[in-house]
Amino acid sequence: MAEFTMPSLGADMDEGVLQEWLVAPGDRVGKGDAVAVVETDKAAIEVECFTSGTVGRLLVEPGTRVPVGTPLALIDTAQAPAAQAAEKPTAEARAPGARTTRTRGTGGAGAARKGRAETPAGRAAVHARVRAPKAAAVPEGLPAPEPTEKAAPPPPSAPPSPPPAPAPPSPPSAAGEPAAAVGPLVRHLADGLGVDLGSVHGSGPGGRVTRADVAQAARPAPARRRVTPYARRLARDLGVDLEGVHGTGDGGAVRAADVRAAARAAQAAPERSRPAVPVRARDGGHVPAAEAAAVSGEGARDDGRQREDAMRRAIGELMSRSKREIPHYYLSTVIDLAPAQEWMHRRNRGRPPSARLVTAALLLKAAALAAREVPQLNGHWQDGAFTPGTGVHLGVAVSLRGGGLLTPVIHDADTLTPEDLMATLKDLVRRARQGRLRGSELSGATLTVTSLGEQGVEAVFGVIHPPQVALVGFGAVVERPWAVGGLLGVHPVVTATLSGDHRATDGAIGARYLTAVDRLLHEPGDMPGSTIEERE
Amino acid sequence: MSGTRSLDSAEALTVVRESITAVVPDADFTRVRPHDRFRDVLELDSLDFLSLVEILSEQAGVPIDEDDYPRLTTLADSVEFLVERTKQYEQSRR
Repeated sequence: MAEFTMPSLGADMDEGVLQEWLVAPGDRVGKGDAVAVVETDKAAIEVECFTSGTVGRLLVEPGTRVPVGTPLALIDTAQAPAAQAAEKPTAEARAPGARTTRTRGTGGAGAARKGRAETPAGRAAVHARVRAPKAAAVPEGLPAPEPTEKAAPPPPSAPPSPPPAPAPPSPPSAAGEPAAAVGPLVRHLADGLGVDLGSVHGSGPGGRVTRADVAQAARPAPARRRVTPYARRLARDLGVDLEGVHGTGDGGAVRAADVRAAARAAQAAPERSRPAVPVRARDGGHVPAAEAAAVSGEGARDDGRQREDAMRRAIGELMSRSKREIPHYYLSTVIDLAPAQEWMHRRNRGRPPSARLVTAALLLKAAALAAREVPQLNGHWQDGAFTPGTGVHLGVAVSLRGGGLLTPVIHDADTLTPEDLMATLKDLVRRARQGRLRGSELSGATLTVTSLGEQGVEAVFGVIHPPQVALVGFGAVVERPWAVGGLLGVHPVVTATLSGDHRATDGAIGARYLTAVDRLLHEPGDMPGSTIEERE
Repeated sequence: MSGTRSLDSAEALTVVRESITAVVPDADFTRVRPHDRFRDVLELDSLDFLSLVEILSEQAGVPIDEDDYPRLTTLADSVEFLVERTKQYEQSRR
């Protein structure tokens, strides 16, 4: 038995609003699965589970603001049976709105809350009773997930649980394949896209079906419907359901203009064309992730002003604390980017835009590798001493349109190839701007990089994000006269800066770091992971 | 609809605007004059610009290389580039 608690999603977070549950009682969850959406002052974040097991009671209603550390749900880690005797109708579990009106102590949330106050054994008993049947919790038409290696083996300290009832025969899936492990978010995505999970080939570890697989499956599946790739992308971004869009292209193909028209129509008549969905989500109803994304975008516009104020406050508090506590020192150096850009240019030639790198990815790669070389700058200042980071986890400052910023984290950035780094960067930036980041993607940074150069300035001297001890800044890439070997030429250059915490390091260490960044960018092909790429 | 047919200026401008809007949904074109550097005015970062190249290429049905990036600086340049490139491409396919 484990408690899933309100996580801290950054040094500036004390409390958060549980906005939406992505799982229902009885759902099997794996470590790393997104289980809920939490709204902080800065963004709506998908938070993940850190244990594998079965979702027991949901202890907090959507819309509730709770401090960090508050238990949100119980996760039964003892067993993850495919099916259990039903005691509680699943419909109830999937309609939290209904739960609020139910009287307590009738075996639902009230009982679970009481159970929590009792002994651990009592808790286990209550918990075992309310486990919902897995098969019933799966949307119609989907095969019941089989237990897989994803389900954690019972830990030795776990309370004894009743032997799992024999699993009922799975409903036949379209392909007749056994269902692979499927995370709740993936399941919701599949649900929302109308994808039969049984027919999806899992490309993840152990045949696990990933979101990408579902998205892929969703594409060719409705073959009867011709949609241009751009229209499809637009529909996704605007939250338009393609099923309801009238196509005006060749052979009834849906074009971008059709999607836009549908989006406009939806906006013009919100009551009629957006039945219940946004309302349900606000009330804490259960909506598929895809829909929810659209909904949260809508909500963000509604209270955009409020959100902006809250974000300014959050940024203000963290930065004030930084300037109050951290004695900053600043270094700056101009780096010749000609070799890096030439390398990148060669590498990008002949590749479609989707497979190309941008300079920012190379700068991040160099920043990460340099942090490995100068570990004194990579970690946290805690209780009056420096704790080196385990791995280089780069926070990347992403400015949001309309103001504010978020710093998603690229974990183990030093070990990623430029390609992987690029893919991760794209994904994080996109989702940061859409307000759909995961908790783990916002925490654990050991060093932050800001590339304000994208906004045109030549140098940025940043404020360190406590408890980190340094911040790296890259300005705009500009063409400047540059002397190499006594010859003057015009080169692309970038100003790299370092803000350091003088409690943790002195300027000499900082200088070593910037020198390393410079050296790495002069030999981009020698950066680990880059050479293989060049061989092709 | 991503065609390989050549575009005239008006069509090319529509494609450019639609593509930019796909990247920056709230792009305000009243602020962008034909010879302004739209990347600066609309605050497209390098990832946004790469997305724009991807969408433009898809929409116009022509390849766009890194060497072509400088021609996608202003709306006027971009229109001229697309008209020219789609024409070349159409001819080369005949």
